[in-house]
Amino acid sequence: MLELLKAPILTFQEFVLLSGRAVRGIFRKPYYWDDVFLQMDLIGVGSLPVVILTGFFSGAVMALQMSRALQKYGATSQVGMIVAITLVREMGPVLTALMVAGRNSSGMASELGSMKVTEQIDAMRALGTDPIMKLVKPRLLATAFVLPLLTVLADFVGLVGGYLVACKMLHLTTSSEYWSSAWQAIEYDDIAQGLLKPFVFAIVLSLVGCHYGMRTKGGTQGVGRATTQAVVVASVWVVVLTFIIGRVFVTM
Amino acid sequence: MEQTDAGPILIFRNVSFGFDDNLVLRDVSFELTRGATLIIHGAAGSGKTVLLKIALGLLRPTSGRVILFGLDVTEYTEQQWFDVRSRIGVLFQEGGLFDSFSIEDNVGYPLVNQPLLQVPPEEVAPRVEQSLEFVELGHTLEKFPSELSGGMRRRVGIARAIVTQPELMLYDSPTAGLDPITANTIMALIVKGRDMRHATTLIVTHRHQDGEILERYRWDDSIGGLQKLEGVSAGTRYLVLEDGRIAFLGSPAEFDACNDPHVAQFSSR
Repeated sequence: MLELLKAPILTFQEFVLLSGRAVRGIFRKPYYWDDVFLQMDLIGVGSLPVVILTGFFSGAVMALQMSRALQKYGATSQVGMIVAITLVREMGPVLTALMVAGRNSSGMASELGSMKVTEQIDAMRALGTDPIMKLVKPRLLATAFVLPLLTVLADFVGLVGGYLVACKMLHLTTSSEYWSSAWQAIEYDDIAQGLLKPFVFAIVLSLVGCHYGMRTKGGTQGVGRATTQAVVVASVWVVVLTFIIGRVFVTM
Repeated sequence: MEQTDAGPILIFRNVSFGFDDNLVLRDVSFELTRGATLIIHGAAGSGKTVLLKIALGLLRPTSGRVILFGLDVTEYTEQQWFDVRSRIGVLFQEGGLFDSFSIEDNVGYPLVNQPLLQVPPEEVAPRVEQSLEFVELGHTLEKFPSELSGGMRRRVGIARAIVTQPELMLYDSPTAGLDPITANTIMALIVKGRDMRHATTLIVTHRHQDGEILERYRWDDSIGGLQKLEGVSAGTRYLVLEDGRIAFLGSPAEFDACNDPHVAQFSSR
């Protein structure tokens, strides 16, 4: 039993140590701003198409699925509210994070993993650079900055998707009613929750991706394994954390 | 940083690495004096690379002491190690070049990033060019590592290792996976680096020819190539590792005379 637990506990310990060093590193020099901007471009601009598509269709599907239930209660005018609340509180942050986990946590794990197995990380240390500062910190900063922005965009595009389905396709409600019910439904704590979640997810996604990359062993096969593990672990963390954060906001 | 020029450059004192059931290095002790060459032989998995990584501070020994440039570096933090490493040049097994950087940026990397060196920006490019000329690859500045052959990547690795003019050079299997002709070119460059810059050299290899070249040849700048020595080059020592233990440590003459079958397979004589 103890033997079985040893490996996951050791992995978690390594993750916590890496996270601690990366977070401490945020307040220390050196800052590799070129790398931060490069990562922002890769993660932020690079994820735009997938995030816009996911956001748009999640809003559209939400309006589509809710239409029958709302018709049953004669509450079709509230479709804007339902789409807004589900998107801003849950679907926007979670789906965006899952997309970025699939795209970027895996990318970080494979890139850093390849560097690890070809001794580039050792070379970096030997040549005077701390890999945490040069590789992990820029990815952490960039993800923490762009994921909330991507989420806001996904929320908005999702509302547009919901609007097109509810107003133009199914004619459930008028445009002004849709947008005003959506606008009125969102409260400050929804926005706080909707922005806090992607920020927390960003920290976890980037650190999990970097962690699995930095501990890669065993050649190209190891790189593949690290990539898969990074996506799986990051995705699971996203759904667990959304529940925990949601729970905190519900009881508040 | 403190500087101690007297005495050996590198001392391993009863260094072990690993845990009870899996000891990679066991009680390894040796000294490397300034200007000397230490050739470390050993089969795959005998702990050669681990020894090199401990000497570079990439791994911390489980027990024993490591003394570099007269300083006990065993308990050094990563930050303290950065200062020590700026005095060491290293060539990794596969070159360890950064894929995403051009050759120029790869070779210039330590000049720009070693905190202790503080090289003025205008000096970086000439020193990079000079270092690449040394390995006869002056025309590859703009290229990327993926565009070069295995042997050329190794040569760029050497150029990057010597660009900071380090006092101690570490080579991890510099000829592994290369054809004999390219391997000899790499070895000639290593001898050139040793003889022209009088750098202390520690080389890890499984090819007995590598040791022989270092032991019996010297660089002759007038002919631009290697020249065979009458005797052996002074200060060359051999160390053979077997399952993490020192199976042999001594001079070339003792190495030749050693009857131990494991040691003899590396001497080829």
